[in-house]
Amino acid sequence: MQLLFERSHCGRGCSLLPASDVPCAPLDDSLCRTQAPHLPQLSENELSRHYTELAEQTHGVNNGFYPLGSCTMKYNPKINEEIAALPGFTKIHPLQPEATAQGCLETLYLADRYFSEITGMDAMTFQPAAGAHGELTGLMLIKAYHEARGDFNRTKILVPDSAHGTNPASATMAGFQVISIPSLENGCVDTEALKQAADEHTAGLMLTNPNTVGLFDLNIAQITEIVHNAGGLCYYDGANLNAIMGIVRPGDMGFDVVHLNLHKTFSTPHGGGGPGSGAVGCKEILKPFLPDPIVVKDENGYRFSGNNPQSIGSVKAFYGNFLVVVRALTYVLTLGREGIPEASTNAVLNCNYMMNRLKDVYDMAFDKGCMHEFVMTLENLKKQKDVSAMDVAKALLDNGIHPPTMYFPLIVHEALMVEPTETEPREVLDHAIDVLHSIYEIAQAEPEKLHEMPLHTPVRRLDEVGAARNPRLRFQF
Amino acid sequence: MGSYVPSTLQERQEMLASMGLTSIDQLFEHIPAQLRLDHELDLPSGKSELEVSRQMNRIASHSVVFDSIFRGAGAYDHYIPAIVKSVVSKEEFLTCYTPYQAEISQGVLQSIFEYQTMICELTGMDVSNASVYDGATAAAEAVNMCCERSRQTVFCSSAAHPETIRVLKTYCWASGHNFVLVPCREGKTDLEAIAPQLDKKTSACLYIQSPNFYGQIEELDKAAELIHSVGAKLIAGCNPIALGLLKTPAEQGADIAVGEGQPLGMPLSFGGPYLGFMAATSAMMRKLPGRIVGETTDVDGKRAFVLTLQAREQHIRREKASSNICSNQALCAMTAAVYLAAMGPQGLHQAANLCYQKAHYLADQLCSIPGVSLKYTGAYFHEFVTELPQAEKVLSALEREGILGGLLLEDGTVLWCATEKNSKEDIDRAVEIVRKELL
Amino acid sequence: MANPTNLLYAKSHEWVQDMGDGSFRIGLTDYAQNELGDLVFVNLPQEGDEVETGAAFGDVESVKAVSDVYSPVTGVVCAINEELLDHPEMINQDAYGAWMIQVNEVSDKEELLDSAAYEALLSEEA
Repeated sequence: MQLLFERSHCGRGCSLLPASDVPCAPLDDSLCRTQAPHLPQLSENELSRHYTELAEQTHGVNNGFYPLGSCTMKYNPKINEEIAALPGFTKIHPLQPEATAQGCLETLYLADRYFSEITGMDAMTFQPAAGAHGELTGLMLIKAYHEARGDFNRTKILVPDSAHGTNPASATMAGFQVISIPSLENGCVDTEALKQAADEHTAGLMLTNPNTVGLFDLNIAQITEIVHNAGGLCYYDGANLNAIMGIVRPGDMGFDVVHLNLHKTFSTPHGGGGPGSGAVGCKEILKPFLPDPIVVKDENGYRFSGNNPQSIGSVKAFYGNFLVVVRALTYVLTLGREGIPEASTNAVLNCNYMMNRLKDVYDMAFDKGCMHEFVMTLENLKKQKDVSAMDVAKALLDNGIHPPTMYFPLIVHEALMVEPTETEPREVLDHAIDVLHSIYEIAQAEPEKLHEMPLHTPVRRLDEVGAARNPRLRFQF
Repeated sequence: MGSYVPSTLQERQEMLASMGLTSIDQLFEHIPAQLRLDHELDLPSGKSELEVSRQMNRIASHSVVFDSIFRGAGAYDHYIPAIVKSVVSKEEFLTCYTPYQAEISQGVLQSIFEYQTMICELTGMDVSNASVYDGATAAAEAVNMCCERSRQTVFCSSAAHPETIRVLKTYCWASGHNFVLVPCREGKTDLEAIAPQLDKKTSACLYIQSPNFYGQIEELDKAAELIHSVGAKLIAGCNPIALGLLKTPAEQGADIAVGEGQPLGMPLSFGGPYLGFMAATSAMMRKLPGRIVGETTDVDGKRAFVLTLQAREQHIRREKASSNICSNQALCAMTAAVYLAAMGPQGLHQAANLCYQKAHYLADQLCSIPGVSLKYTGAYFHEFVTELPQAEKVLSALEREGILGGLLLEDGTVLWCATEKNSKEDIDRAVEIVRKELL
Repeated sequence: MANPTNLLYAKSHEWVQDMGDGSFRIGLTDYAQNELGDLVFVNLPQEGDEVETGAAFGDVESVKAVSDVYSPVTGVVCAINEELLDHPEMINQDAYGAWMIQVNEVSDKEELLDSAAYEALLSEEA
């Protein structure tokens, strides 16, 4: 495929803007750039075909099964897109007078109420733009809470070794030291180790439940109690919320602050890596520290209540990825009180169904059942036949199936994490199961074939070492 | 009730039966009873698509869509070419995930590579990442890149956007950096005021936005000279449309260029999603946070693109990562790339020039009204501040006519903006309303 | 590859060379580079930095992982091998020729193994 710059021809272009209709104002040359930027020069026709070609080499949920563990690649409803394109949302300036932005304020207000209810929290902020951003925000709330109490010794955050890499990274960015808590053989938190680690230096704990191997940690009430007894707070990583909506709430498990991934659990599209929304919810005790401003409702309508003296400030300009919140709100209104738990229960059903039909050939990291995602381990297959998780993943590509998440969580060797979600029909699951069975057969009979895959994709295995040693990060004219 | 679960009740029963189960509840039995919700969620009942559409349309109609906008202050009303919306609504781009499986993601990866190239061209810098959340967080991440060892003091111009200042303050508090505001004089950063505070051991960086919050064009080359004299770095906050016309951060000696990419094809959207771009000199390449796409070849020797330099990132370095950022604003970055490709160098120059011309015309016309004058006399791009008597009354009058006037600032002055979307007719009409109001 | 007999070895797979003038060069063993795979980048300290026995002084990156490199001595960095910054693959190609840092003012050394003892350690780990 050619790059835009390679298709470019001097003198071509689109005719988008009119000539100036106002008198010419002088502009000093010394303020101007000396060389024009090298941007592509293309007609609209060429531009349109370029992106059509790029789209043909991109695989999305709309193309096929995308069981990427921990990413909840569920269907992205079209009505959400239509609503998010309404001029009453897209054409509103963030600094319009409040009286003229009532629809936007109402959207944020309703989203606050509904997501608080789903999570068991008391208030939300939609400022964080992504899950990791939400983690940072939540940790900042915890930090502000302890400082407001005059306690500056709470310097440590406890993080299980099974956690997603953003957890410890966020803790470091929030100025904390990370204490890693080991997992038991079943992937759950070692409560004895937790008791040892939780002390007067503990600011809080970061955890997700179900955990990153797809299991519900039955000791969760005890875990949050241990941390609370030591004077710390509990942060819930909402990446796995799709397993428990309407069944269990983080707020009822003892968590004080949560983040949601609206682009995972609440169906907003991933867009190739964003924009998402890492909405953060918290209990009453952390409300005073939320980023400014918050939306409130009174007899005159909706307005911003700002200048909270204890607020941490802002983590992003303005109010967050507003159009993403619009999509998520539309989704919650569509599902309603019945549809929200229906999504979770079926996510768990689809997952158990898949795991049950694969465990005869593939080793499962923990095979006593799963919630919305399960982890396969290829460790034995690697030892016996030199077939790794990477090889199986690449073989799936040839079958039009996006591979599961590879090599996560770190506590499982040669891991493949599968999350089917609730929006897949049964025959899609059955087909994927059949493909995985046939890959297993190839692994047994002709393992070296798998090292060559993928064979039928637009490009094949890439030289990542070369890319990192000699970075070429832009087109050179 | 709306649902996106395809399986019928019968299919669910069959799937349960294949596992020897009879009810979905059995899959949740292991969860301790005292944790389980014993009541339905307090949410409205689910709705059909028609009902949802009706409700959300009604909510959307409760906001006022202004025909004519003269307010900027960090969110700019530019013309979005039709091709932009058409491309970014393509299903494949909309519904794919981060391109970790490069073999089936060449489309997205190439588009990011093209975006990175265009950001380098706009800013003049050597290398760009795949974007971050917005301009304000880009500034915060840039500050992070500069703080190391004993260099922990961050200088920030008080003429930067107030939201950027707030975000920087919050991030610096969290990370333990020392945050110092640099005062303004006559609408521009007062470099003389911080010169005495700069120190070879402790100064990390200086953040200056140009054009700044008041619309004034800053002297970045002087700032670069000053901050480099103590071995610290210059972070330049810039406007991507202005860069079609004005001197680039690279030409003026910046080490890192960041900015808000919203003007490149993203609608106002009540503040988001927007786009943070970050570009740096090659010396700072490995400090750039977030995703970066690089060029490579596959086993058959074909050119291909891949996420690279991943060993900087959180999923590998974990608590030793310099940033926790995991995603970017991919679709927004693609929006910017399509916009820049559709405009081309001519179009971008034209857009920038029109913004400049319209703003200067608006300013001239407004200042012909007795009592209205420019507060700052320095060169400006497309925003300026005026003294305006009875500002609130005037802005209300404009509002009544469907015009969103300038932003009322704390000291009673007004920050105006004009873009290529404001026709002479629009401008004249707005000015007439102001004139009448002040008679 | 045989492990050179004129070097000493740490259990964390670094080698140490006594330069004879009070300074020591440190690098990664052949076993280490093989385990790490293709290296794409090396993060080294600066001249004048202090290093401590058992503490990490830098790290090496492969495509998918980062590994700390530990100092077997306490002292001050007097030189770094800048060639490695542009050519990290030198460690893969010639682990014992690709020294990473040189340290002087050495005040402490951890217990180091000679090449025979190191080889014994490697066969145990296998």
